[in-house]
Amino acid sequence: MPQSNTSTPAARPTSLESGVGRARRRPALGPLDYTRRWWLRLIVALTFLLLYAPILTLVAFSFNDSRRNIVWRGFTFKYYEKAWNNDSLIDAFANSLSIAVISTVISTILGVLVAIFLWRFRFPGKAVYEGFMALPIVIPEICMGVAMMAFFARVGWPNDLPWPLSLSSITIAHIAFSFPFVAIIVRARLVGFNRELEDAAKDLGASEWRTMCDIVLPYLKPGIVAGALIAFTLSLDDFVITFFTAGPKTITLPVKIFSMVRFSVTPEVNAASTVLILITVIATALAMRFQALARGTKDGRG
Amino acid sequence: MTDSPPIISVQGVSKRFGNVAAVDTVSLEIRQNEFFALLGPSGCGKTTLLRMLAGFETPSEGEILIDGQDMTDVPPNRRPVNMVFQSYAVFPHMSVFDNVAYGLRVTKTPPGDIAQRVQEALHMVQLSEQAERRPDQLSGGQRQRVALARALVKRPKVLLLDEPLSALDAKLREAMQLELVRLQTTVGITFVIVTHDQHEALSMANRIAVMESGRVQQVARPAELYEFPNSRFVADFIGKMNLFQGRVVERQGAEMTVDIEGLGRLVLPGQDKSAETRPVSEGQEVGVAVRPEKVKIHRDAMPAGPIVLRGQVREVAYYGDTSHVFLRLDSGQVISANLRNDSRTSDPSVKIGEDLWCSWEPQDTLILDR
Amino acid sequence: MDSWRKNPLVFWVLNLSPSAWLILFFIVPLTLVWVLSFGEKRGLLEVAITGTFDNYARALQPLYLEIFWKSIWMAGLATIACLIAGYPVAFAIAFAPDRWKPFLLLALMVPFWINILIRTYALIAVFRTRGYVNFTLEWFWDQANGLLTLLGLGGYQLIGARYEPLELLYNNFAVNMGIVYAFFPFMVLPLYANIEKLDRSYMEASLDLGAGHWRTFFSVVFPLTWHGALSGIIIVFIPALGAFFIPDLLGGTDSQLIGNVIERQFKSANDWPFGAALSFLLMYITFGALALRALVAGRNRGLDV
Ligand SMILES: Nc1ncnc2c1ncn2[C@@H]1O[C@H](COP(=O)(O)OP(=O)(O)OP(=O)(O)O)[C@@H](O)[C@H]1O
Ligand SMILES: [Mg+2]
Repeated sequence: MPQSNTSTPAARPTSLESGVGRARRRPALGPLDYTRRWWLRLIVALTFLLLYAPILTLVAFSFNDSRRNIVWRGFTFKYYEKAWNNDSLIDAFANSLSIAVISTVISTILGVLVAIFLWRFRFPGKAVYEGFMALPIVIPEICMGVAMMAFFARVGWPNDLPWPLSLSSITIAHIAFSFPFVAIIVRARLVGFNRELEDAAKDLGASEWRTMCDIVLPYLKPGIVAGALIAFTLSLDDFVITFFTAGPKTITLPVKIFSMVRFSVTPEVNAASTVLILITVIATALAMRFQALARGTKDGRG
Repeated sequence: MTDSPPIISVQGVSKRFGNVAAVDTVSLEIRQNEFFALLGPSGCGKTTLLRMLAGFETPSEGEILIDGQDMTDVPPNRRPVNMVFQSYAVFPHMSVFDNVAYGLRVTKTPPGDIAQRVQEALHMVQLSEQAERRPDQLSGGQRQRVALARALVKRPKVLLLDEPLSALDAKLREAMQLELVRLQTTVGITFVIVTHDQHEALSMANRIAVMESGRVQQVARPAELYEFPNSRFVADFIGKMNLFQGRVVERQGAEMTVDIEGLGRLVLPGQDKSAETRPVSEGQEVGVAVRPEKVKIHRDAMPAGPIVLRGQVREVAYYGDTSHVFLRLDSGQVISANLRNDSRTSDPSVKIGEDLWCSWEPQDTLILDR
Repeated sequence: MDSWRKNPLVFWVLNLSPSAWLILFFIVPLTLVWVLSFGEKRGLLEVAITGTFDNYARALQPLYLEIFWKSIWMAGLATIACLIAGYPVAFAIAFAPDRWKPFLLLALMVPFWINILIRTYALIAVFRTRGYVNFTLEWFWDQANGLLTLLGLGGYQLIGARYEPLELLYNNFAVNMGIVYAFFPFMVLPLYANIEKLDRSYMEASLDLGAGHWRTFFSVVFPLTWHGALSGIIIVFIPALGAFFIPDLLGGTDSQLIGNVIERQFKSANDWPFGAALSFLLMYITFGALALRALVAGRNRGLDV
C-alpha cells in the first residue's frame, strides 16, 4: 500500500493525527482511508477471487492432461488439437466469425447514421424514436430471441441457402441488437463535437457530404472503431438470440458450446471456450482503448 | 466612404426560435470596405444576425442581399462571405497549412495556386513558420490567426467575425485589435465584427450598430454614438451616463425648455441637426442625460453659469488616470463627475463629506425621447 | 440541433436505413409475437389468430404464476446479493489511490467481457461435489480436525467422521449464485460511478458531527448514491428475470424460471401462442420495473447533488 493517499484530499491525515503519523513510517489511518481497512480489503480480495477462480480453472483445465477436470496431470495441447479436428466445432467457429464480421460492418454503418441523426436533428416524436431505438437494449434477450424466431418462421425465410446466405437470419438479428449499442457509443463521442467546426467547413465552401467526410467522420473515428469492436464482441458472444434463430446447420460457437456442455463436460469445451475468451477479451480491450482515446482527444475545440 | 454602394443590405429581417424573436425586423446597410461592428449585450441576437449573413440560419422574414444579390436560397458554402468563429473552429485533425488550404481545396482551386495563396495568407498573419504545426500545438492567439487566414485566403467579399477576441487575454486582445484594423486596411475587405465589448467596437469600427433584444437601436459612427446616443438604452450601454427624468415645457425649433426633476428648469439650445427633427413635443416626458466627464467640479465659490448645482461628496472611486466623484445633490439625486488626475497631488483634493459645486454646459446635455 | 425541416434530404438519408432496419427486424417481429399471443394452436406449426385471451388466462394460472413469482423472487434475491456485495467493492475502488483505480476497474470488467454462457459453465467445475469449493472446505475440515486432535479432543469424533461434500449444484442456490456471478459487474460499475462523484466532504461532515462509519453510510452515503444503486438494480434485475440457460445449466428440476418455460414453448412444446403470451408478460414486467425506476428516480431528484 502506498504512503498516505494524496489523490483524495479527504484521505490526508488530519492535523491532529499527522504529528503521530510522521513519527511512524506509515501515516495513521485517515478517517476515510477505507482502502486500508483490513475488512474491506478482505471483501475485495474475496470478490476478485470468486470472480476469477472459475475462469482461471476453466482455462487451466483446457491444458490439463486428464479427461476428468479434477487434479492437474500435466500440460498438454491435445484438447486444442481435438477441438481443431472437430469439424462441427470448427464450422461453428467459422460461422461465428463470418456472422460477427458482416454484422459488425452493417451495424457500424447503421449505428453511425443513427448517432449523427439523433445528434443533429430535432423532430416531433424524437423521444419516442429514441425509446424505440433503446428497446433492443432493454428488453430481456429471450423476448427478442423468440420474436426473431417467430418472425423468420412466419415470413418463411429460407434457411437452406448456400453458405454465407444461410447465416443471413442470424446476422440480421445480430445487427438489430448491435447497432443501437454502436449508436450509443458514437453519440457519446459526438457530445463533445464543436458544431462550429462543421459550420466552418461549410462556410469555406464544403458541401454537406464533403463536411461529413472531411470533418465529422475523422472526428468520430475513435468512437466508430470502439463501436465496431463492441458490435463484433456482441455478435461473437451472443448466445440467447442466436440460439433461437439458428437452424440445425447454422450453429455458432456459443450455441455449440451450450450443446456440448449439456451433453457432457469435456476439456474440449474448455479449449473452445478459451479461444472464444481470448478473442472477445482482446476485442473488448481494444474497444476500451479506443474509447479512452476518444475521450482523451475531446471536443477538438479550435 | 459614405458614397460607396452597400455590400450587405439587410431588409426587415426577423428570426424567431419558437416564440422568441432573436432578431426582430432589422434593416441595415453595410458599405464596401467598412469595418462594421454589431454591439450589444449578451443574448441580444448579434450571433443570430451574423449567422444569417453567413447562411447558417434562414430568416423567418425579410431578405438579405450581398453585393446586390438575394441570398435567400444560397447555402453557406456558396456565399461570398467567410466567417471567423467564436471558438475559431480550427480543424483539430489538420495541420495549419491544411486548415488554410481547406477552403481552396473544396472549391477545386488548382494545386499550384493553393500553395501560393496559403503561403501568402500565412505570411499575412505571421504564421509562415508554423505551417506544419497541429492546432493543439498553437497558442490561442495563433489559432485565431489561423482562423483569420483560413477565411481571408478565400478572398471573400465580406469577412464575418463572431467575438473573435473574447477568448484572448487582455494584453493579447489589444494587440489583436490593432492587428485586425491593420489587416482590414491591407486586404480591403469589408469586416463585420460582433462584440459585446464597447471599447473594442469604439476603437476598431467605422460604424457601429447597437442592438437590444433583437432590434437595432442605433447605427452610427463611434463618436456620434458616444456623443449623440438616440435612446436611454444606447446612452447607458455605451460609456457612463448621468440620467435624469424631465418634461419638455416649451419647444421652439431645436431649442427646448425642460423641467428636470429635482434640478429645476433648463433652457437647452439645439445641439445637432437631428434635434430639430426629433418628435419631441411640449409636455412630453424625456430623459435628460450628461456624461460624467462633461461635469465640472468647483470647490471655491458658486461659479456663474446656466447649470450649477450644489452637492455633498458621497464616494470617490479612484481609477488611476481619473477619479469618479459621486455627489449627492441637495435634491437627493446622485450625479457623478470625472476628475482627471493630471497632477500627482490631485488625488486627495476631494474628500468624502465635502460640499462642492458642479456645472456643465447646456449644449452637453442630451434629451432622450426613448 | 437543427429542425428536421431545415434539411429534409439529410434527415431522410441519415435515418432511412436504420429506421427501416429497426422497424422491419425488430418492431415487426415483436408485433408478430404480440399478435401470436392472441392466437390458438391448430396443429404442429399452425396458428390461428382468433383474438382469444386464453393464452393469458393460462399464463395466469397458479402453476405459471408461481413460476413468474419465483423468477421475480430469484432475480430479486440475486439483485440484492449483488447490491450487498457490490457496495463494499465499489467503495473500495472509489477510495483507492488514483493509480490503482484503472487496474481495479479493469480487473472487475475483464470477466464481464467473457461470454456469459462460458462463465456459467465455468462455475460448474468450481461448485460440483468434486469441485474447488468443496475441496477448500474439506481442507479446512481436515485442519480443524488436526487441531482438535492436537488439543486432545479426539480428532474426527467431535465434528463428524469425514467431510461430506456439500451439494452446491443443480439447485436454486446454484442458480442464484450463477445469476450473481453473471451480472455482478453490472451492479458495481454504476455504484462506483456514483460513489466516485460523491463529495467527500459530506462524509467528513457526518463523521465530524459525531456519526460513526455505519451511520454515515446509511444516512449520508446511501441516500446520495441511491441513483447508482437504482441503475445497478435495474440492469441486474431485467436480464436476471429472463435468464434461461443459467437455470438450465446450474439448476435442478425445481429451478425452472419463466425463461425456461418460454424457451420450451418455442423450442420443444411448440405452443407458440402460449410462449408469446408469456414472453409479453415478461416484457410488461420489465417495463413495469423501468417505470418504477423512473418514478423513484424522479421523486429522488431533489437529492441529486
Ligand atoms: N438555435 C436556437 N434555438 C433557440 N433559441 C436560440 C437559438 N439560437 C439563439 N437563440 C436565442 O436567441 C437569442 C439571441 O441569441 P444570440 O446567440 O444571437 O445572442 P448574442 O447576441 O450572440 O449573445 P452573446 O453575446 O451571449 O453571444 C437568445 O435569447 C438565444 O437564447
Ligand atoms: Mg453570440
